Amino acid sequence: MPEIKELVTGLADKHGRTRESLLPILQGIITEERFISDDALTEVARELDISAALVYGTATFYSFLDTKPRGKFVIRICRTITCDMKGKKQIINTLEDLLKIRVGETTKDKNFTLLETNCLGWCHKGPAMLINDDVFTELTEDKITEIIRDYMRNI
Amino acid sequence: MANTVNIKIDGIDVSVEAGKTVLDAAKKLNIHIPTLCYHEDLCVAGNCRVCVVEQEGVNNLVASCAIPAQKGMVIHTNSHKVRNARRHVVELLLSEHNADCTKCYKNTKCELQDLASEMVINEHMFMDLVPDKNYTTDKQSPSIIKDDSKCIRCQRCVRTCHDLQHVSALGVAYKGDHMKISTFFEHPMYEVVCTNCGQCVNRCPTGALIEKNYLDEVWDAIYDEDKHVIVQTAPATRIALGEDLGMESGSIVTGKMAASLRRLGFDSVLDTDFSADLTIMEEGTELLTRLKKALVDKDTSVKLPMFTSCSPGWVKFLEHTYPDYLDNLSTCKSPQQMFGALAKTYYAEKKGLDPDKIVCVSIMPCTAKKFEANRPEMRDSGYQDVDMGLTTRELAVMIKQAGIDFQELPDEKFDSLMGESSGAAVIFGATGGVMEAALRTAYEIVTGREVPFKNLNITAVRGMEGVREANIKLENVLPAWSFLEGVELKTAVAHGLTNAHQIMEAIHKGEANYHFVEVMGCPGGCIGGGGQPIPTTPEIRRKRAEAIYREDEGMAVRKSHENPEVQQIYREFLGEPLSDKSHWLLHTHYVKRKRV
Repeated sequence: MPEIKELVTGLADKHGRTRESLLPILQGIITEERFISDDALTEVARELDISAALVYGTATFYSFLDTKPRGKFVIRICRTITCDMKGKKQIINTLEDLLKIRVGETTKDKNFTLLETNCLGWCHKGPAMLINDDVFTELTEDKITEIIRDYMRNI
Repeated sequence: MANTVNIKIDGIDVSVEAGKTVLDAAKKLNIHIPTLCYHEDLCVAGNCRVCVVEQEGVNNLVASCAIPAQKGMVIHTNSHKVRNARRHVVELLLSEHNADCTKCYKNTKCELQDLASEMVINEHMFMDLVPDKNYTTDKQSPSIIKDDSKCIRCQRCVRTCHDLQHVSALGVAYKGDHMKISTFFEHPMYEVVCTNCGQCVNRCPTGALIEKNYLDEVWDAIYDEDKHVIVQTAPATRIALGEDLGMESGSIVTGKMAASLRRLGFDSVLDTDFSADLTIMEEGTELLTRLKKALVDKDTSVKLPMFTSCSPGWVKFLEHTYPDYLDNLSTCKSPQQMFGALAKTYYAEKKGLDPDKIVCVSIMPCTAKKFEANRPEMRDSGYQDVDMGLTTRELAVMIKQAGIDFQELPDEKFDSLMGESSGAAVIFGATGGVMEAALRTAYEIVTGREVPFKNLNITAVRGMEGVREANIKLENVLPAWSFLEGVELKTAVAHGLTNAHQIMEAIHKGEANYHFVEVMGCPGGCIGGGGQPIPTTPEIRRKRAEAIYREDEGMAVRKSHENPEVQQIYREFLGEPLSDKSHWLLHTHYVKRKRV
């Protein structure tokens, strides 16, 4: 709790305490924590003097403002039609095999979360995915194995 | 005229003030346009689309509640296109709505059902999506049930909770077809900042937000030969109950209500107005004691301004939002709770009843009273002081269930001992009423003279202005109160929690310097309470308030300290205001609560 309090106060000092500061603050929490806990949301509501239900409403509106615990690396595979036709299913199968989790889950060591996402805008280079903020395109089974092994080595 | 706009609706010319909507203009012509998300008390949302109309020269249909009338507009409210669109809107809402109407508490009182009935919807056009929706129902609160399967997401509740009450216990969460009305992290209403005021219940068009009813429990108690069932009725019930039983807004039904309660089988038909008078005695004395401690003893631990504590919605709001000000709240219990504590002690003793066999039922204009009755502190009689709190609406249901022709009932009186009241108690039901009642008594205690207002009517604290202030100068005071000579008593009144918030901010910032502040949680005070007949509009609340003041003027006794039964209880049982016995039974404490 004290760390969250500090983080939120720091973000509010940086972005301000008006309603329009809400989104940058929530994004700031995501950058640091990968998800926004109920403690964090309560703290934001207190800091900005707005209702906790409204902060929760804003967070749940945006897919990238997760309110459920996420791993250190959040992998988001594009589920939209072009990537699907380019073989996103095999990519997901490979990832599930490599990480030993299903879509929507987080590894036991809390390092990886596997999710699907709507269009990333990389249709011409599908299948595409994000790991945190980094984009990976034209994925193949070999390529994905290499990328994940790389991440695993550098944890 | 520069400030009017001329438009044509269904071939009829109409002029309206600039800024008025097409819906307003249609109303002026007595053309009914159906609405769901629109509510007179709330800002425009324009999300349900059921009020769409056709505007000549515009391709898309427009929402009449949201579009301002503009010069030369030609509107059709009943064209083929409009009728089709509205029907689709209602059908789509029904495809996601648990339309098991016969099992719904709002059956025959539901705005969506009314629309479906008006449109004669027999076969459903769209697939029933309810089974896939995983809707949940939150029944944990003692006051309010939230059933998402009935929700049409019009957001009237969200706007009520935010705009009128500054609470925002309810918000909009998720998006698209996952969008729902939610508390913080979907916690039960019982665990969040909800004040149980029930204003959302008053404005919900369907059965998604309803009061938790205790009808079966009350009937069971009445049928139990072993139990002595006492009923108490709040001031604001007697001017609103008639609305649910076919009468006009503003009908005074005090006598008929007493008669109907007797016919329902309650053993003692008594009046919360009695304990409202008692509240004035205790609270008035508490105020004078606080003033003495602050002004004479220079006791800095005494908190001023003192806040009224009759409204359980306001009390819980303060507990969540301004916990540093809990010592400013009067320690007096609300009239409902004073009554309950005395019913199972004083009344039982006087009437030779076993308090273990007494069931105390209250009829309240309020949903928060249900929560208040269940507060763990409210057991000073050795029992739960008030066993069940019913709303005005629930009483109307009981009267209908019993087959009583309410309008034809004779006027009857309350039973004696805790049934006598004054006009000061009656006006508790309207915003400013507690202040007026307190001033009528406190002024007289201090000066020995009646308050210097014509007919005792302190008009400065009346009305529907959100925050009102009144200052009264105390002059030529009695010797015992000489420290108050020349003091200007500064008071303020607020109703609806948004106005309460405003007054609290002013106090917090040191911009306001009051001695005594009355706050009622609901707009208009108890007359607009969350347990009152639906619908509620500014006009209906105005009529109810007028009725309250009419009732007051018609009373023989107009001041709380002159209520003979109040004088009797101090003589025979309590001793004097703020006595040890009073502290034991009539006063309470408050708890700090989390703000989520």
